[in-house]
Amino acid sequence: MDTAPVTTTAETAFERPNYLNADYGWKSWLFTLDHKRIAILYLISVTIFFAIGGTFAGLIRLELLTPEGDLMGPDTYNRMFTMHGIIMVFFFLIPAIPAVLGNFLIPLMVGAKDLAMPRLNLASWYVYNLGGLFTLWAIVHGGVDTGWTFYTPFSTTYSNTYVVPTALGIFITGFSTIFTALNFIVTIHRMRAPGLSWFRLPLFIWSMYATSLIIMLGTPVIAITVLCVGLERVLHLGIFDPRLGGDPVLFEHMFWFYSHPAVYIMILPAMGVVSELVAAFARKKVFGYRVVAFASVAIAVLGFLVWGHHLFVAGESVYSATVFSVLSMLVAVPSAVKVFNWTATLYEGSISYQTPMLYALGFIGLFTIGGLTGVMVATLGIDVHVHDTYFIVAHFHYVMVGGTIMGYLGGLHYWWPKITGRLYPGFASKLSALLVFVGFNLTFFPQFILGYMGMPRRYWSYPPEFQVLNVLSTAGASVLGIGYLLPILYFAWSLKYGEKSGDNPWGAVGLEWDTPSPPPTENFYTTPVVTHGPYEYTRDDVHNRMTQEATIG
Amino acid sequence: MASTPLVDRHEHGYGAPHGHRHPAHQFETMAQQKESSTLGMWLFLVTEIMFFGGLFTAYMVYRHMYPVAFQVASSTLDATLGGTNTAVLICSSLTMALAIRSAQVNQLKRIVPFIVATMVFGMIFLGIKYVEYANKFHENHVPGPSFNLVLEDAQEAQAAAAADPLYQRHAEIFFSLYFIMTGIHATHMIVGLGILAVLIYFARRRKFDAEYYNPLEMTGLYWHFVDIVWIFLFPLLYLLGAHTH
Amino acid sequence: MKSTFPLFPDSASALSGRVDALYAVWVLVSLFFTVLIFALIVFFMARYRRGHPEQVGGDERAGVWLEILWSAVPLAIMLFMFAWGARVYFQLYRPPADAVEYTAIGKQWMWKIQHPDGQREINALHVPVGQSIRVKLASEDVIHSFYIPAFRIKQDAVPGRYTSLWFKAEKPGTYHLFCAEYCGTEHSRMIGSVIVMEQRDYENWLAGGTPGKSMVASGADLFTSLACVTCHRAAPGVTQRGPKLEGVYGSQVKLADGRTVVADDNYVRESILNPTAKVVAGFDPVMPTFKGQVTEEQLTQLIAYVRSLGPTGSDAAGGTGGTAPAATANTSSAQMDANSPLNTPGATKGAAKPPRK
Repeated sequence: MDTAPVTTTAETAFERPNYLNADYGWKSWLFTLDHKRIAILYLISVTIFFAIGGTFAGLIRLELLTPEGDLMGPDTYNRMFTMHGIIMVFFFLIPAIPAVLGNFLIPLMVGAKDLAMPRLNLASWYVYNLGGLFTLWAIVHGGVDTGWTFYTPFSTTYSNTYVVPTALGIFITGFSTIFTALNFIVTIHRMRAPGLSWFRLPLFIWSMYATSLIIMLGTPVIAITVLCVGLERVLHLGIFDPRLGGDPVLFEHMFWFYSHPAVYIMILPAMGVVSELVAAFARKKVFGYRVVAFASVAIAVLGFLVWGHHLFVAGESVYSATVFSVLSMLVAVPSAVKVFNWTATLYEGSISYQTPMLYALGFIGLFTIGGLTGVMVATLGIDVHVHDTYFIVAHFHYVMVGGTIMGYLGGLHYWWPKITGRLYPGFASKLSALLVFVGFNLTFFPQFILGYMGMPRRYWSYPPEFQVLNVLSTAGASVLGIGYLLPILYFAWSLKYGEKSGDNPWGAVGLEWDTPSPPPTENFYTTPVVTHGPYEYTRDDVHNRMTQEATIG
Repeated sequence: MASTPLVDRHEHGYGAPHGHRHPAHQFETMAQQKESSTLGMWLFLVTEIMFFGGLFTAYMVYRHMYPVAFQVASSTLDATLGGTNTAVLICSSLTMALAIRSAQVNQLKRIVPFIVATMVFGMIFLGIKYVEYANKFHENHVPGPSFNLVLEDAQEAQAAAAADPLYQRHAEIFFSLYFIMTGIHATHMIVGLGILAVLIYFARRRKFDAEYYNPLEMTGLYWHFVDIVWIFLFPLLYLLGAHTH
Repeated sequence: MKSTFPLFPDSASALSGRVDALYAVWVLVSLFFTVLIFALIVFFMARYRRGHPEQVGGDERAGVWLEILWSAVPLAIMLFMFAWGARVYFQLYRPPADAVEYTAIGKQWMWKIQHPDGQREINALHVPVGQSIRVKLASEDVIHSFYIPAFRIKQDAVPGRYTSLWFKAEKPGTYHLFCAEYCGTEHSRMIGSVIVMEQRDYENWLAGGTPGKSMVASGADLFTSLACVTCHRAAPGVTQRGPKLEGVYGSQVKLADGRTVVADDNYVRESILNPTAKVVAGFDPVMPTFKGQVTEEQLTQLIAYVRSLGPTGSDAAGGTGGTAPAATANTSSAQMDANSPLNTPGATKGAAKPPRK
């Protein structure tokens, strides 16, 4: 469908005052209070950390090409997987969608001029970088080798690495997320435009709200836990030290009390993005809007009740384990419901194959596998065998990479024109999506088999019969790496050379699309008044909304 | 944590006690701004509850595991000093509330004295805490290589050893929790003192009146929360075994 | 047993088949739902492909019954699998009453295994077929995890407490033993083998083994490192301050107070921990106590070493029972308990290297 791009309108829109050209110079960026600029600052930071974490992943997979440890020594390898985990979890997966897409879109989607607390927002970016700095300092000086899970007493007493600076980095960055979540909750409660009732909110907002609730309740617990680890190392205040009668399993409980809800912090925003993508690219209301909205909240609540499933073989009583297992089954239900609802949204939709949709569909498929393997490991009899093996590694990469990162990339590709006013090349972006999907499955599916065969995780060297699958996995990782590299390149390219997108290249419905792309600093010229729910697609609306058919991308 | 305009660029309220104020640019009305900052502070306090909650959980677990050691260790703390501190903090919460009340009823000259009184009580608290920490240091009750719990009463020591042969080791966990919990609490108080000092600065510049005193109220919420945490800490740490002999 | 491209581990225990059955059903259910979702997506994508640029999707249909259906069905399936999984779990963790107890102590970076009759192994576990075996787990330092994939069983070894697992091996062969909880530098080399043997082969193996071999070597090392040599094996020309230990074990020893005792295990142990209790005639009571400096295990190694210096053939009267594993018989579970970090003040403090911040 090739329609000639309407360049005149697009060019004019682009030259109008918008948040990007409102002010120039580094001070206008580093001291900005504009949520949209802060989102871009975050985009740069999380991308840098993603690159660092991804490099560690590449080195891990290179080492695992051969059964013997030959690329690096065991201590180095142990630091590699630790730093990979810490950076990816705390500095990429948790902040990415909230701090980049959430920051940019929430005021737009609720019809506000900014978030409730713009200075707190800027502070959260600085705090994030401060925490990152501590962690990077630890990396440069040799890193940490405790595993991202910091189990005691290894992390408090036996490890000879820079545990304290890393723990401090995580502690500080935790405040960054708390500030962001606090901002989001207050904004969603108090700054909705006239007429925008709760059940007229887009599902992305519901997801971000549920995510923020988890952040507020969970993050302080990891903060106090890593603080205790740090105090134990520095001041020898033994809380978890078994030589004093301390209990290492108490650490595990406190750690996982946050870290399990943390995985819902990572997946809920991506689910919110997918709801938006499916609605926009099927041009149809999400099936079962209220159910999906409540499912987000249900996941947030139930997510706090299942942490013990990480301790099935850790010395937890069999009765506790039973309770946690059944609760873990329960928390899977709202997720399953969402998958069915998204699929049902496609029925009688008007589906386009543009890149954001490819990511959304990839998410649904891969999250299904990840979620199903999750209930598999929640099944007690199976977890005894596969706990701490590559089966678990495969499971969580399916949900976090096949889930969260696909959602993040899909969202970036969908809202890129909104953020920058530019389009990216369609062929390159679809190719990347394909490479990511294929590379991802080739990397992580063999790991399910490896895990059931018994290959434990965090192994620098392994018995030779595991080699073939490891080679397959590494091959997949190289494809995946290319798939992730390309967007960095073509997004950067698009900033200067990308075709101007016009205000609404997708013909999508939503408050964020009711304002120019890129938006003016104050978001809306006049305060919008909302009269109906989200995703109201009618033929007339589409015609009026679209200034340019986006045949590209 | 609220982005109330500490420097109001719209110049209406600045210096004029009854001037018409403008909300920050992202808000439509002053009422919306006040509601937002209030909700923000309550949410922040929820995170603080979770933060201290982790420590209280650890405390509960270990007290359940080692009741004798906890009793013995608790009896070495000076409950009189701890009780005094409790009274001091309660007084400080009173003066804080009175500072807010002064603004509410437009008795603006009383705001600063009440805040100063709150700060004085806070500093008394910290002073007493310092004395307690010094005592613990001299008695070798600080966890670590020099930890050494020696009970004066030999009978008590014998009874304890009979009930839990490793009670000294387990008592070290009590003291670890004691220092971490009261230390973090004290840190919160110090931060609170800093915020109070900033409030004094703005109160002297006639920032607050009956129409606008939200920063005072928000700080008051925080201060009361820190007080309440101590109300929980005091009996759990100081009053476990004190009355048995 | 390992093919070039295996997909499943050996199934070698009484319960491993049940775990596999549970897994197989889950795999099939997952496959079904995955294929269902994938197929629906592909089908809808093709069937409802956007026809022209301004086409929109249809109206939303009512869906309450659908929502209930696709909530209830997955929930029912999951609850069923939960119940089945819980049942298997209880079977995996409830040892039968006739289980024989072994001990496995994890330490960076090895498994120290002890048979009920005292036989010891490092990183290897020989077991007879068809016998229910319970392995009591402990750790000397950090958290480890005792994992035998072929038996589908694992349990963490947590310092400061005892945990346990059980299995009944049904197929002779050699299977992997892994440490499955990250524990530091050599975590991936803290691996070994479980060797399942027919009952008769197992008994042969037990009898033919020299239990004290590695222990004797360790004992010899300790004898040097604890400076026992300075008094008990003085250089030529230097007056020996302690009795010569060669040939002592099993012999009658004359004490300074006139008593005569047999130099058995208990005697050696007491002499190390409380040397002034039984001073040998002709020597001064100058030997220092090694209480708090040696663990129970090191004591058994030293005893084994001293025994190896002596006339091993003698069945000393009143000794502790003369068969070969006698030296290790002292290390009963009571003494394993004594060895746990719960009860040995100071003894385990030496293990840690000072951590960098």
